[in-house]
Amino acid sequence: MLTKEETHNELFTMGHTGCSGCAQSMAVKLIMEILGKNTIATSATGCLEVFSTRWPESSWKIPWIHSLFENSAAVASGIEAALKVLGKKEDITVLSQAGDGGTADIGLQSLSGMFERNHDVLYVCYDNGAYMNTGYQRSGLTPLDAFTTTSPSGKVSFGNNRPKKYMPEIAMAHRIPYTAVASAGYPMDLQKKVKKAKSIKGAKYLQVDVPCVPGWKYEPKYSVKLAQLAVQTGLYPLFDAEYEKIISVKKISKKVPVEEYLKLQGRFKHLFKDDAGRAEIEKIQKIADENIERFGLI
Amino acid sequence: MKQVLEGSMAIAGGVKMAEPHVISAYPITPQTHIVEHLSQMVADGDLKAEFIMVESEHSAASVVLGASACGVRTYTATAAQGLLYMEEVVYNIAGMRLPVVITIANRAISAPINIWNDMQDAMAIRDTGAIMLVAENNQEAYDMHIQAFKIAENRDVMLPVIVNVDGFVLTHTFEVVETIDSIEKVREYLPPLNMEYKLDVENPYSFGTIAEPSVYTEARYNLYNAMNFSRNVIIDAAKEFDDMFGRFYGGLTDSYKMDDAQTVIVAMGSVLGTVKDVVDELREAGKKIGVLKVRSFRPFPEEEIVAALKNAKNVIVIEKAICPGKGGILSVEIRDSLFKHKINSVSVNGYTLGLGGRDITPGNIHGLVERAEKEENVDGEFIGLSQQYL
Repeated sequence: MLTKEETHNELFTMGHTGCSGCAQSMAVKLIMEILGKNTIATSATGCLEVFSTRWPESSWKIPWIHSLFENSAAVASGIEAALKVLGKKEDITVLSQAGDGGTADIGLQSLSGMFERNHDVLYVCYDNGAYMNTGYQRSGLTPLDAFTTTSPSGKVSFGNNRPKKYMPEIAMAHRIPYTAVASAGYPMDLQKKVKKAKSIKGAKYLQVDVPCVPGWKYEPKYSVKLAQLAVQTGLYPLFDAEYEKIISVKKISKKVPVEEYLKLQGRFKHLFKDDAGRAEIEKIQKIADENIERFGLI
Repeated sequence: MKQVLEGSMAIAGGVKMAEPHVISAYPITPQTHIVEHLSQMVADGDLKAEFIMVESEHSAASVVLGASACGVRTYTATAAQGLLYMEEVVYNIAGMRLPVVITIANRAISAPINIWNDMQDAMAIRDTGAIMLVAENNQEAYDMHIQAFKIAENRDVMLPVIVNVDGFVLTHTFEVVETIDSIEKVREYLPPLNMEYKLDVENPYSFGTIAEPSVYTEARYNLYNAMNFSRNVIIDAAKEFDDMFGRFYGGLTDSYKMDDAQTVIVAMGSVLGTVKDVVDELREAGKKIGVLKVRSFRPFPEEEIVAALKNAKNVIVIEKAICPGKGGILSVEIRDSLFKHKINSVSVNGYTLGLGGRDITPGNIHGLVERAEKEENVDGEFIGLSQQYL
């Protein structure tokens, strides 16, 4: 528990308008604790930008810039170049942030460019699996069978008909020095990865699973539990990689069936209505099992 | 020093003298030679800058946006499709009041695809909040780039400045250009960038925050006001340049043989050379004709235009871009300016020609002068159409 004074001194500070139980704001806070005040951050358009910087207020006690939806990585590239010119690059971390849509869909081109040029930038994708800021529309990182407002379940649909794009492997394919997947449900693991990323020169990619109360439709008290269940089921494998090589994997202590994860969320409730829905749950279980096999999670 | 320089070399040379520290670009014809020359200067150590070759124009503008927000002088260049792809970021740069300088090697817009010169690209982004200047020749292009940084970085302006240069006609054509030998003198004209608000860990600000209905209008008004204010800054930058380097091309506009002119040809960019030649001929033949050059398209030089045209009878406006569903663009703005000043004695005729690289010949100009005497308020009519392709 932080004292009032300590709370005031946080670099991503209180007073923002994030939802109660917002896992993204938890992740931002944890990341900023490690990066410290010598950080310049960019944000793509999205929840974080909206809920943390309602002019004239800002929750950022570090220099922060939001430009557009798809250019967080390019703006960060420019900041890094400017810091080089100013001779300040050694002392300052450049943090580039976006949601899953801003990363894996509309921002993928500028992100790929930043990776390929190997800018000394830590890029963080807060993955809540849909365009939550605009009202829960599907993105390339929406999981299979999730209800979103543009992939609704219906008489002839189980919701989103495609599995998540595997974004961390796209990052690794660029042969950047460091790629990591973390979760708001495992703060120590997240901070360890941020610390490591901070110590590495060049482009770094960190994807963080951040449950979203209104988008996933669950009670705010389950944010951490859901983030943990995503890991324990095998649906969200946590690992880190140097270049193309995976160097560590967070093992699952006790494998949990995906049903335990799905049933707490309104976005999957249509799967529990009948046998056809049950068959879909089997498909999701298969995705988890394949992850467990592929990453050696057990 | 006098040199024979390709337009792109002159532009790169002018940019080099302004010493930008971050340059970012994506190649598009006919902008390529500009960024090739600049990257060679960086490769040879003649220009100390970070040159970031990016994966798109959107990112080129975003890179300079980020660098500019750190208080560093920045530059990019593009054309046509690249500019349209960049447009979202140009609005953003202007909205965040960042003094980026951008060259547009003016080119036609697709479809059909055409890599040659007209001004449709520039006209498509005229409301972004970027100052838009237009150079007439390679010498002016060289000088205008140095002036552009000075205008952009003025504390009361703080807006991106776009320098328009006709693609191929200037960018790929060699002319005699007098370059400036003394970098110290340029530094005196253009002191180092010193931004009040920037991304700085010692003094953190949030840039690009969300502005609700209660403040958005005021933010736009401030930008609008800065654009209006820039009129004086553009004029002063031109005068000061004249004082220090001995070259002057007008402030927002320039007049050529305008005394007693009954007929006036209004144009922007390289076509002015041809127009002036024709006017010389017609003057020799006793015709009262002159030329009004529009050097700043944004801000629009309304007062100067009204003062220059109010006593004319016929105005011919060369339109190198069209507004489908309306007609001309420059001529419409000129007509509006005169209307606002209750001047209804001037016939403003906009003629569309020179699209997609088609030459505007002296014969064309002669033809327009003859037509304008018989017509009234032509709204962007197309000149020289080949009937077989219609």
